[in-house]
Amino acid sequence: MSATVHVEVTVNGERREADVEARLLLVHWLRDELGLTGTHVGCDTTNCGACTVHLNGEAVKSCTVLTAQADGAEVTTIEGLSGDGGLHPVQAAFMDKHGLQCGFCTPGMIMAAADLLARNPNPSDDEIRHGLEGNLCRCTGYHNIVEAVKSAAGSGVPA
Amino acid sequence: MSAIGEAMRRKEDPRMITGRGRYTEDISLPGMLHAVIVRSPEAHAAITSIDTSAARERDGVVAVLTGEDMAGDFAAPLAMVWAPPGVEIKTPEHWPLKRGEVKHVGDPVAVVVATTRHIAVDAAEDVIVEYDPKPAVVDPEAAIADGAPLVWEQFGTNKTHEWAVSGGDIDAALAEADVTVELRLVNHRTSGAPIEPRCSVAESRAGDLTLYSTTQVPHIARFVLSGMLGIPEDQLRVVAPDVGGGFGAKLQVYAEEALVLALAKRLHRPVKWIETRSEHMTTSHHGRDQINYVTLGTKSDGTLTGCRVRTIADLGAYQQLITPFIPTLGFPVMGGCYRFPAIDINITGVFTNKMCTDAIRGAGRPEATYWIELAMDRLAEELGMDKLELRRKNFIPKEEFPFETALGIVYDSGDYHGTLDKLLEHFDVEAFRSEQASLRDEGVYRGVGFSTWVEVCGLAPSRAVGPQGVGLQAAFWESANVRVTPTGSAIVYTGTSPHGQGLDTSFAQIAGDILGIDPQNVDVLHGDTDQGTWGWDTYGSRSLAVGGEAIVRAAQRVQEKAKRICAALLEAAPEDIDLTDGKYQVRGSPDKSMTMAEIAGAAHIPPNELPADIEPGLEESAFYDPENFVFPFGAHACVVDVDAETGKVQVVRYVAVDDCGPAINPMLIEGQVHGGIVHAIGQALYEQVVYDDEGQLVTGTFVDYALPTAAEVPSFETDRTETPSPVNTLGVKGIGEAGTIAATPAVAAAVLDALKPLGVTELDMPMTPMRVWQAIQEGGAA
Repeated sequence: MSATVHVEVTVNGERREADVEARLLLVHWLRDELGLTGTHVGCDTTNCGACTVHLNGEAVKSCTVLTAQADGAEVTTIEGLSGDGGLHPVQAAFMDKHGLQCGFCTPGMIMAAADLLARNPNPSDDEIRHGLEGNLCRCTGYHNIVEAVKSAAGSGVPA
Repeated sequence: MSAIGEAMRRKEDPRMITGRGRYTEDISLPGMLHAVIVRSPEAHAAITSIDTSAARERDGVVAVLTGEDMAGDFAAPLAMVWAPPGVEIKTPEHWPLKRGEVKHVGDPVAVVVATTRHIAVDAAEDVIVEYDPKPAVVDPEAAIADGAPLVWEQFGTNKTHEWAVSGGDIDAALAEADVTVELRLVNHRTSGAPIEPRCSVAESRAGDLTLYSTTQVPHIARFVLSGMLGIPEDQLRVVAPDVGGGFGAKLQVYAEEALVLALAKRLHRPVKWIETRSEHMTTSHHGRDQINYVTLGTKSDGTLTGCRVRTIADLGAYQQLITPFIPTLGFPVMGGCYRFPAIDINITGVFTNKMCTDAIRGAGRPEATYWIELAMDRLAEELGMDKLELRRKNFIPKEEFPFETALGIVYDSGDYHGTLDKLLEHFDVEAFRSEQASLRDEGVYRGVGFSTWVEVCGLAPSRAVGPQGVGLQAAFWESANVRVTPTGSAIVYTGTSPHGQGLDTSFAQIAGDILGIDPQNVDVLHGDTDQGTWGWDTYGSRSLAVGGEAIVRAAQRVQEKAKRICAALLEAAPEDIDLTDGKYQVRGSPDKSMTMAEIAGAAHIPPNELPADIEPGLEESAFYDPENFVFPFGAHACVVDVDAETGKVQVVRYVAVDDCGPAINPMLIEGQVHGGIVHAIGQALYEQVVYDDEGQLVTGTFVDYALPTAAEVPSFETDRTETPSPVNTLGVKGIGEAGTIAATPAVAAAVLDALKPLGVTELDMPMTPMRVWQAIQEGGAA
């Protein structure tokens, strides 16, 4: 596997260039090459959502995107979600409502929730639950995740 | 102001919500190599040849090693640590890489080490292994029938052991019963499935080995792995960094941990192995997998006479750390909340060509709770009695605690009527029944299930479960080291090893209160064998009841010394110093006081006024072995709707009242209850590890193994009663497994209640749409 692809990607506001293997998944580039280890891998089949990041402002599972496909795009990871270094309202709400336990699904869950609220600022419980069904959590039973998303919705998430 | 009892926000969270957690897979060391394991695609076969030549030729491949190549790397095989007095347990040698034969799909046969993971994955596909397949045995009851293929020929049988315990005269008890019920219940095989798969990173520096691993048991791992490698314990450090959930699946010492250590030692470079999800489903130990034959007897007025259970436990192909012990772990609570004059249990362990079973959240107690609660429901039906009335009639009354069961187990505390009463304040049964009836008229099949549960946790009094007790070759006390720094912060090391429970927070609340330090300035350390006292790690809902009590004792010793220092400097008697609102004050003279920071300063830079008999420093340790287990309990109600057209079950309401003693942090308790219930809903409705008749795993991914998502489950209504345990100072009991233990029978019973008008009286879990639909067709009332 020697075929490489040149990519230019804006990651968390910073322009990055690299020659990557054509088969390199975006999640592996973020974690292994850029050291952004907040994005996690929990399955092989795009089920768990622990690797969720924003690609051009939309939530994607970065285990199912080739780095090459991100050429020219803007990628935001959990490390860059809040931009200025404070907490994004969804991050703050997850802490306030005890929306995490082991923390492994949390970055992906927060990225998915932020995307959900950007598209639907005042979701019902049912819309939250269905909006997050692509992200698995084994610890919380989802109850407090739903509470966190509702709470963040009330606090005005930037679209 | 007391921090204990406050819903303090978690100290763990700031790093985790910003992507700054450090999980094992996040660790990258200079010169690190990547290991990928070549695994058996056969359930049972002789290895006839392994050709590694093509793999070795690939650029970037550093080593390709087979079981034969690594035979000299290990001084001992993987450990199984249960030796019950008087019972022989058949235990085959279990080496990290297999030689000769493979015994289940996923059995490791070779390891490839390369400079990148991609290269190692490619090279692993180049390893050519030839197998001569042998007949596999998959069903545990078939495995102990005459003429079954043998997993291990040398034993001449697939039966691993038989373990029994009895109290009272069970034959007489069942003979004098007016009504008996007999049930065959299946607690099917499940996966722990933490969202973080396993990962291990090993490095060797001039002979000193370090293992970073996704483990719940770093101290036990050092103990076992140093023995496997034949090195003194001081040459091995084991670190559990942030661990992304365990649920028992990481209560193990795994082949891969031993392998990466041996490879790092052999190759003098760090080596990392990352488990794929498919590997997790295949080779991280599974849980449950019991068939239980249950007999309950009762007088015609509903007074229970006896309980007999025969269990067939499918242990898989090998014995891992405590594989054969897990079915036994449920026995202390096999009579549930009820007074049984006689109890009798017999467990038969069985080898099959599947991955080993071992502890998964609840470990033995969910199985016991499932059978006792479903059997109680059946008994109520037979007697024509209300299910809750039958329970109430047989509850051990509050006044009789501590209560010794027929098996000689002493339940520490309980108020079973109290939790049920509280449940019924939230759940109006009469209103539900009328709603249920009117919905049925509309074609909606709604049902309710109840679980009044008790569990045994706080593992454990060493005398009860150690070598001379039940026979585990270990002890189960816990330790803590509490150190106050010169400026008055505290460092608490606990021998427990959390992986999501929030102990950084709850333990800081406990230590902070006792020391008079803001919990925000109490740093809780754990999971590093080079950092603090020896400990016995985290499982069996033991961290707070055992580890927390060790912290109480160590912190009290520090407080005592702080009072002596304070007394000496304020010219008072130590017994006249009170800790009030974070200040050490002379009783009756509120103007004479010191803060912990001032005392800590004096402890580290002693003023000349300090008597010479007070040693410098402010640090104490404690080791605590509990006198008894603790027995949390509660009452749950689950409401489901069943779609009779499709068989789909939806949980529409869930009410849980639990009692784990006084709350240290009620927010954390609720979180544990929510997660535990969803784990149980998964088991009851969706999750099952399935092997086909040839021993091929057909649920190897999250596509086939269905964890509940947010869309499948409701929000929960939770409440608590607080009955303190007399066993420890805090009065606390475990809550980490309670939801999983309690909820499975409640969900299953709710489905059966919904299906009753359709002629369905029994149904095995998981109650998937297909199974429910088939049961409805066979029920004949559709």
